[in-house]
Amino acid sequence: MFKVLDSAVPIACWSCSIGHNDSTLFCPHCSKIQPPPGGDYFSVFGLEPRLGLDLPALEHEFHRLSRKVHPDRFARAGENERQWSLADTALLNDAYRTLKDPLHRTEYLLKLEGAEIGPDLSAESAAADGKDRKDPSRVPADLLEEVFELNMQLEEMRMARKMGETDAGLQPSLEQAKRRFDGLLVEVDQNLRIQWQVWDEGDAAARKKAEKTMVGLLDRRRYLSNLVRDVTETLGA
Amino acid sequence: MAEGRVVGIDLGTTNSLVAYMQGDAPVVIPGVDGSNLVPSVVALDPVPAGGGRPTVTVGNTARKALIETPERVIYSVKRLMGRGLQEIQDELKLFPFRLAEDVETGEVPRIRLGELKFTPPEISAYILRQLKRNAERFFGAPVTQAVITVPAYFNDAQRQATKDAGRMAGLEVLRLVNEPTAAALAYGLDREKVGTIAVYDLGGGTFDISILKLRDGIFEVQSTNGDTHLGGDDIDNLLLAIALDEIHAEHGVDLRVHPGAVQALRKAAIDVKISLSTEPVARFDIELPNGDRYQREIPRAVFELLIEPVLARTAGPCKQALTDAGITPEQIDEVVLVGGSTRIPAVRQLVDDLFHLKARGKRPHIELNPDEVVALGAAVQADILAGASKSTEEMLLLDVTPLSLGIEALGGTVARIIQRNSTIPASATEHFTTGVDGQTNVAIHVVQGERELAADCRSLARFDLRGIPPMSAGLPRIEVKFLIDADGILHVSAREQRSGQVAQIEVKATYGLTDEQVESMILDSFDHAEEDFAKRLLIEARNEAETILAAVERAPESPAWNQLRGEEQEAIAAARNRLASVKQGEDAAAIRDATLALDQATRRFAELMMEAAVTSAIRGKTMEAAGVDLGEAVTAPHAMAPAEFK
Repeated sequence: MFKVLDSAVPIACWSCSIGHNDSTLFCPHCSKIQPPPGGDYFSVFGLEPRLGLDLPALEHEFHRLSRKVHPDRFARAGENERQWSLADTALLNDAYRTLKDPLHRTEYLLKLEGAEIGPDLSAESAAADGKDRKDPSRVPADLLEEVFELNMQLEEMRMARKMGETDAGLQPSLEQAKRRFDGLLVEVDQNLRIQWQVWDEGDAAARKKAEKTMVGLLDRRRYLSNLVRDVTETLGA
Repeated sequence: MAEGRVVGIDLGTTNSLVAYMQGDAPVVIPGVDGSNLVPSVVALDPVPAGGGRPTVTVGNTARKALIETPERVIYSVKRLMGRGLQEIQDELKLFPFRLAEDVETGEVPRIRLGELKFTPPEISAYILRQLKRNAERFFGAPVTQAVITVPAYFNDAQRQATKDAGRMAGLEVLRLVNEPTAAALAYGLDREKVGTIAVYDLGGGTFDISILKLRDGIFEVQSTNGDTHLGGDDIDNLLLAIALDEIHAEHGVDLRVHPGAVQALRKAAIDVKISLSTEPVARFDIELPNGDRYQREIPRAVFELLIEPVLARTAGPCKQALTDAGITPEQIDEVVLVGGSTRIPAVRQLVDDLFHLKARGKRPHIELNPDEVVALGAAVQADILAGASKSTEEMLLLDVTPLSLGIEALGGTVARIIQRNSTIPASATEHFTTGVDGQTNVAIHVVQGERELAADCRSLARFDLRGIPPMSAGLPRIEVKFLIDADGILHVSAREQRSGQVAQIEVKATYGLTDEQVESMILDSFDHAEEDFAKRLLIEARNEAETILAAVERAPESPAWNQLRGEEQEAIAAARNRLASVKQGEDAAAIRDATLALDQATRRFAELMMEAAVTSAIRGKTMEAAGVDLGEAVTAPHAMAPAEFK
């Protein structure tokens, strides 16, 4: 949708008045803190959007930048610098939190690229979850039969619990289903990683294709993890 | 340096402390009585003879009044900070807080203290002002900036209330720091540590667990959890309930109707608790009003069985914190124990079990005094903020928000916008629109908590976005930015994007004071003035001198006086004469020194008095005769006050 990595119009530093690129937390000339840059989360770390990230390097950069922008460093600075430090650090923290998590990172990049994806992973709203679990149209087609079977068993299990009974056959059957769906989750994650590489290394056409695949994989993953959570909750109850 | 020092303050449920960075080590600043701990007790003196507003006293002096005039004293006010009327009903059952009757739902509750009423932040402000004065006396210079610690699990309203209290006390609160994180800072100062540490903080009234990753001077909190209503108070109450019940059943005496006696029994319960941390058995031995004795041995095993349910409540938050940090107990390299209640062996055993310490050949860290470590850490953070010293320039604390932030969605469910354990400052941007043609406001309800329904979470604030240009329903696009700052406090800004208009927001905090209210509650607005400062120091020093001189004057009337040896009486007389002469001069420091000397000389006398007072209170004698001359120097680790039980 948009890329703001190399903004064409330089902005003048408030302190030294020398023009500089938009996406930086500090003036490259006088090192003074700047208002929050308009770029994406990747640009905060000086990165091009990509899915395979060197996490130790990302953490190191997060710490290095934190030392420079954190409000603790500006406790006695002027009002403007304090406000910018607060806004810059919030941006830095939001960016790091999103990028260090593989799923949030994937979802964020897909959004940047304008892909339509399901309910926000980062905003796991109870409302969205509830809808997700009940909406049959979201069931992956290949799992329709299995999910139907599983939901019957879950319902039976809950009923039995309510009546104070235990069904000796249900427990192992549900545990087996949990293992099966856990396995499918691992499979989805492996497939996502493959698509990461495709996206990172591919041309525009390959990227579009990978994005479409990843949107589908994220949907599937969300569905599976809700299912696994349901089973775990019912088993643990 | 043009700016003054930044001090670190631990505003505790039971005791409060102020500390600062002396060179490269944090130290606690003692009060005029030489004690590092200022009991978090505030008392209102009797109305002056000529009328006018009565004086407010704080700390050991105020604690003295607990026996004489319990209705003019308040303690453990931290439990009421940032809480609404409904929420504090439970506290009222256990503590003798007397609410003002004319408080309406939605208002900040006010507590009656004699003939006056105070909000919890005002009470805290008096404690903070005392600490500020202690620091100013110590430095001989004004102190206007501070770091104040709060329980990690404090919510937005509790944090805001603490900040308000600072402002009322004439302190610019540069940062609120979470108590367990502060403790980690205090421990992390002397060693270059790398690894993952857990801080288990069980204080007088609150429990926190925090898990931090240390690396190259960066203290990065991974997760935090806790219970803002769990602590040593709960243990005291259990022991007290047993004693009250047994006294009633075995001796037919219902002490509950005598607040002063309950107060004294509570002190005995605290002594039993403290003694059981080192002894296998402790005993109640108390003379009752009817002449009977209540004698009861409490073996440690019985005590441990009794408190087991209280301690067990700390396990859940610990496990959740580990899960949220994505680690197992084995991945915790070090455990730090904070808070007076961690002196209990059963607590140490529980911590050992939770983190598999012994099995791994490890022991929890207890090297720093658990009562002081939080204040010491606050001083370290104060030094970081002042940016003044080499020893802390490489250190940086990255803390998290303990509770998720959400907005009430359709059907009363919660849409979470900032997850708990997000590093702060953190922000989230949400878009809202209208549901009716021409609608010009949108109401937003912000909540904090982990439950799925807004009604089960804690209501933070209701925002009214106003001044939206009239458009067809669904057309306006209002961008609302939520930002949690480094103190863990929420800020909101909004903008209508289609018209470019900045929407007006009226933020109405669910539980809190308005800016104007805080402004009107600021204590002595002249507190900052430099010229008044020296004068005030002198007046204070003279007042303190007069208080102790008056007490010493009456001392020979007390039976405790005759228990002193001849040379002790002579030493007191000499110190008294010295102070009486110095007091006429203009040298505040000399007066303070002489006061302190007299205070030291009367220490044993004060202890004898205290014992007599406790005995008399149990026997139901008049409080006046017993407690009137309690010395300034009496220090006990806990505030004492009557408690009521259902």
